[in-house]
Amino acid sequence: MKVVIFPPNSMILADLVERKGHEPLVMQSQIRKKVNTAEIDSPPLNITEKEPIEGLKYAAIEVPSGVRGRMALFGPLIDDADAAIIMEDAPFGFGCVGCARTNELCMFNIRQRNIPVLEVKYPTSSDETMELVNRINEFLDSLGEENG
Amino acid sequence: MVKIAQISCGTEYSGIQDEIDKAASTFGAEILIPDVELDYINEAYKKFGFIAASSGIRLMIARAMSIVEGKTDADAVFIATCFRCAEGALLRNQIRRFIQQNTNLPVVTYSFTERTKADELFIRMEALATIVARKSLLAREKQEGLTLGIDSGSTTTKVVLMENNEIIGTGWLPTTDVIENANEGTKSALEGTGYKESDIEAIGVTGYGRLTIGKHLNADLVQEELSVNSKGAVYLADRQKGEATVLDIGGMDNKVITVNDGIPDNFTMGGICAGASGRFLEITARRLGVDISELGGLALNGDHKKALLNSYCIVFGIQDLVTSLAAGSSKEDVAAAACFSVAEQVYEQQLQEIDVREPLIQVGGTSLISGLVDAVSQTLGDIDIIVPEYSPYIGAVGCALMVSGLGKKD
Repeated sequence: MKVVIFPPNSMILADLVERKGHEPLVMQSQIRKKVNTAEIDSPPLNITEKEPIEGLKYAAIEVPSGVRGRMALFGPLIDDADAAIIMEDAPFGFGCVGCARTNELCMFNIRQRNIPVLEVKYPTSSDETMELVNRINEFLDSLGEENG
Repeated sequence: MVKIAQISCGTEYSGIQDEIDKAASTFGAEILIPDVELDYINEAYKKFGFIAASSGIRLMIARAMSIVEGKTDADAVFIATCFRCAEGALLRNQIRRFIQQNTNLPVVTYSFTERTKADELFIRMEALATIVARKSLLAREKQEGLTLGIDSGSTTTKVVLMENNEIIGTGWLPTTDVIENANEGTKSALEGTGYKESDIEAIGVTGYGRLTIGKHLNADLVQEELSVNSKGAVYLADRQKGEATVLDIGGMDNKVITVNDGIPDNFTMGGICAGASGRFLEITARRLGVDISELGGLALNGDHKKALLNSYCIVFGIQDLVTSLAAGSSKEDVAAAACFSVAEQVYEQQLQEIDVREPLIQVGGTSLISGLVDAVSQTLGDIDIIVPEYSPYIGAVGCALMVSGLGKKD
């Protein structure tokens, strides 16, 4: 199954999805320690004026261009997903979207899709981490079962 | 090469990062993205005290902190966020203040869309690059010697002759042939002063025609309008220190510049229609059968609420004017309504895009229309407005002042 993850650039979530035989829908393929690009979640693609216009499918013209440009990339991933995992309160290094409004809109759009969604919070202890990984694995296994 | 540190959110996803890089390199500058460690981002924004929801904005704070703490070596700072982003607008100004209060670096701010116009970026980058390269000229607060300033605008050409910190001659004429107009204006400015052209120690040129005139006259200073107009306005208004806003409602377009210690840090130019320009007031005066110089006084004696003039379009605006007069409105009320119509449109179209800082220095030919100045003040909640003497000549004065720092001609 195609599983969209949020943050969409989290390689850890992407790895967990892949290990269970699903296809992770992700934004980029490397994690950086130092931020030396213009944005904290700089896109791996060359964005042009075209993307914020394409983003009009997800947000009105009155919405800032940075939100619409991001939605041009994230929106189709959400549209394409059969399931989703949302992680909230994750630190930057785990993966993030630089714009809080895009975060809100993406999570809303995922919830509106009526697909299986697992919503979790970033763990703060090793016990929570174990529990979180188990929950994610169980969720991913259940997706397999649903598909029969 | 001038290093401009970029502190921004949304430039890549809006597709304008390449435009920013291009604009900087056009003026011999390079964009520098201050790199910061992820752990430093958390540390920096907590220290700054603004808990922003967007991590992109937190990164902006960390980058500003790295500049203030000397971890990034930059000559100037460009701060930009998406147009219509409330969090971005709040932080854009707080970060600007933070950098201005803690460093001597020139800062320019900007709010962009995916359709950001290259020339709007160009004038900002040119201003940043020249502010760095000509810092000593911008720091000049007194004019010395005998210098000439020429402002070759799109509508009019203004010339000022200054001697030892005083304006001793002026020239003003509509722009037709830029070189001919500059020569004519210079002749007017010299008239009655006892000086001839060869006595002038240095010439500074600004405005749309600056490159052509600069080459023709072998000018000592050829400077973009942003820094020259700011300098001229704060000099004439005697507000060389601290913050101020310069408003120029022009014949064809309007400019708003915010300044800190005489150095510009934000700028907006435009006007959707001539209904928000001096041209509308000129036509209003003609329809009322009065000279434009009388319109302001007439407006001060009228009540703008008694005549309805609020069209964005100059054609419909004049139709409203005719209808109001036919319905029995007095000339005074119509003049007042015309001034308010222009002030409200300037507010709606431009002043809302910029953080207006008191005092507001109103300049340009329209600043002589007292009713318009009053309307702008009322529209902005009775803000304190200064109209300095020689207000239409700020660009020429800025040039004459700055060029006097370049020393005497051989």
